[in-house]
Amino acid sequence: MKTVAQLKRGESGTISAFRDMDSAMKLMEVGLLPGSKIKIMRTTPFGGPVYLKFGQSYLALRLEEADNILLEA
Amino acid sequence: MEKELQIALVGNPNAGKSSLFNRMTGLNQRVGNFPGITVDKKTGKMPLPNGGKAQVLDLPGTYSLYPTSLDERIVLNVLTNRQHPDFPDLVVYVADVTNLGRHLLLLTQLVDLQLPVVLALNMMDLAEKANLTIHQDRLSLQLGIPVIKVNGRTGAGLEQLKIAALQTQKPRQPFTQPPPDMAHLIQEVQARIGLAHTYEALLTAHHFRNFPHLTEAQRAKIAQVVTPETFPSIKLQVEETIERFGKIERLVHQTIIPNPLKGEQDLTTRLDNLLTHPLYGLAIFFGLLFLMFQAVFAWAEYPMNLIDQGMGALKSSVDALLPDTFWASLITDGIITGIGGVVIFVPQIAILTAFIALLEEIGYMSRAVFLSDHLMRRFGLNGRSMVSLVSGAACAIPAIMATRTIGNWKERLITVFVTPFISCSARIPVYTVLIAFAVPAKYYLGWINLQGLTILGLYLLGLFAALGSAYVLQLILKTEEKSYLVLEMPQYRMPHWQNLGLTVWEKVRAFVLEAGKVILLISVVLWALASFGPPGQMEAAAKRARANHPNPQTQETAVAAAQLEASFAGQMGKLMEPVIAPLGFDWKIGIALVTSFAAREVFVASIATIYGMGEEADEQTVLQSLKNRKGADGQMGVFSPATAASLLVFYVLAMQCMSTLAVVKRETGSWKWPMLQLGYMTALAYLLSLLTYQILQ
Repeated sequence: MKTVAQLKRGESGTISAFRDMDSAMKLMEVGLLPGSKIKIMRTTPFGGPVYLKFGQSYLALRLEEADNILLEA
Repeated sequence: MEKELQIALVGNPNAGKSSLFNRMTGLNQRVGNFPGITVDKKTGKMPLPNGGKAQVLDLPGTYSLYPTSLDERIVLNVLTNRQHPDFPDLVVYVADVTNLGRHLLLLTQLVDLQLPVVLALNMMDLAEKANLTIHQDRLSLQLGIPVIKVNGRTGAGLEQLKIAALQTQKPRQPFTQPPPDMAHLIQEVQARIGLAHTYEALLTAHHFRNFPHLTEAQRAKIAQVVTPETFPSIKLQVEETIERFGKIERLVHQTIIPNPLKGEQDLTTRLDNLLTHPLYGLAIFFGLLFLMFQAVFAWAEYPMNLIDQGMGALKSSVDALLPDTFWASLITDGIITGIGGVVIFVPQIAILTAFIALLEEIGYMSRAVFLSDHLMRRFGLNGRSMVSLVSGAACAIPAIMATRTIGNWKERLITVFVTPFISCSARIPVYTVLIAFAVPAKYYLGWINLQGLTILGLYLLGLFAALGSAYVLQLILKTEEKSYLVLEMPQYRMPHWQNLGLTVWEKVRAFVLEAGKVILLISVVLWALASFGPPGQMEAAAKRARANHPNPQTQETAVAAAQLEASFAGQMGKLMEPVIAPLGFDWKIGIALVTSFAAREVFVASIATIYGMGEEADEQTVLQSLKNRKGADGQMGVFSPATAASLLVFYVLAMQCMSTLAVVKRETGSWKWPMLQLGYMTALAYLLSLLTYQILQ
């Protein structure tokens, strides 16, 4: 299944679910929920954090956290 | 007198709480984008339309009542403990109206806690720009609380907010109900410790192990019914959050209607294309750091010289006015020298704070965190640690306080532990004096100054010590906690110049009043230690010196030197001498080391006093004076280059600041960490100084 970590710069997706619920709370609190549409603004080389936009918000996540977010096919 | 109304300001980070707080209380505080700007407890008084006053508390920005950092925990602890001294009569909940869906999660939790709450829809100016239609009455009806439109920057809507504050009751209805399958368990918790509200009981079931206001007996009672089997905490938190956001989304959809925009361009996206670029972005980041240091060194020089001359003039005129007595000596050599040692740092601290505050104001700091997170993680740190390390170049104390936004305990502790290795502004005068001794003022390629290179080398030595120690600590410390970074990137905006000025003013004032007190006190104590000695010994030493130096020209200095050696300060230094001799330090340097513990910048003042230069106590004159004595004073009166180099290394690495230790104690909650820090840093400094001296000698 595709995750946010696999998206390239400029690509978009819709969140379907989270792999690990323990870590999902922090993402959900800021409004990243199943159904949210996200767009990748920037990825960084060597596995650094990703920078994404959803709604009117801009957010940076580590790659592991991005990998926790599953996308709709 | 009637009891003051206690109001707490609550909201997500970046909701504009701080600006509104300034408008409400008239107390001027800092407004910034960077999360954690309001970590300290900020309160202020607000006049009410009925002639009374309200006490307003600005709580740290937080997303929900399920905390992940220390800041957020403070909010939970205040709002769920009705006996807490800061428990409010009323909550003013601040939300960014242009992003309302994301900002209401915490509000709905407060509604369910049945706290009296007013919703302040902030950033109305942006809402107008974004062409939003807001159905305020519908929002108020559905949430069961008053809703007021405000603008924190201009203060619009503040009077309506105050009127609403006076009339506010508990919310008319809860927003959600606790899950039905937990109803029985919640009743049990309510009955066992006597809680009125179901949501309060639910939160207690989630957090009772960490609630400071529960007794051990109460925790034991709850633990009998709340176990991981009967109460799957994480699953329930997730379900609650999804349910709330679902309802919020429907609510916002009905009440905030977006209208077509008139071709707005997205400045943040365009700027971030450059500023977060892995190559250009990093280059800009380091360029900014370079500019900052350049500013501190170059621009601060002129005002510092002026201050220096002013203090020198003051001292000579006081000296000329007063008769040569104990009191005159106390005033000129003790007090004026001490005040001079404080004021001289104001330009550097002002420039550094202004720079850091500007980067926060415009929203750049989050980008710096983004850019540095990956690198920092290799050393067991967090992108947010970068902010502390950079601020540490000004002063470790605010830098250590800024670590509260790091959610992960281990990363936070490591940051606290290594930040004092970063050369703070207090080390600059010590470096200036000593480098002149150890390093010739040579130029390479016509413009690269060898002394300047050495300063850079000292900063790098501090940075390497910080990162190296972090790397080692990361291997030693164990934690179950997961490391994470969920970082909001605020939209770029123009700084509020007035706020910027106030921030700088506040920091400088805090330095002068807080650090200044200590420095002044130490200066006076040092003066006393150097002026008095064990009974009889001072006189005996003076007598001997007079006998040995019949020539009246050299007699006076010889007597002064002999008296200092016999004084309490001299005795202390001599006691230390065997320990520090292998580093190339004598008893006079020993005294300076002891007094530096109050604050490193005291070093220059101490050396000035010890070498009897009370009237010429700035770096340049101390330097001149020390150099001139080279021939005349054979007995360890001056530093050799090897001693100076060894001292430099010592000052880069040693923990010599009691204020920092006190802050570390406060932030880590025990003396364990500051004591380990003191031991570790001093040992490292000792070893490397020893190495430096033995090689160079």
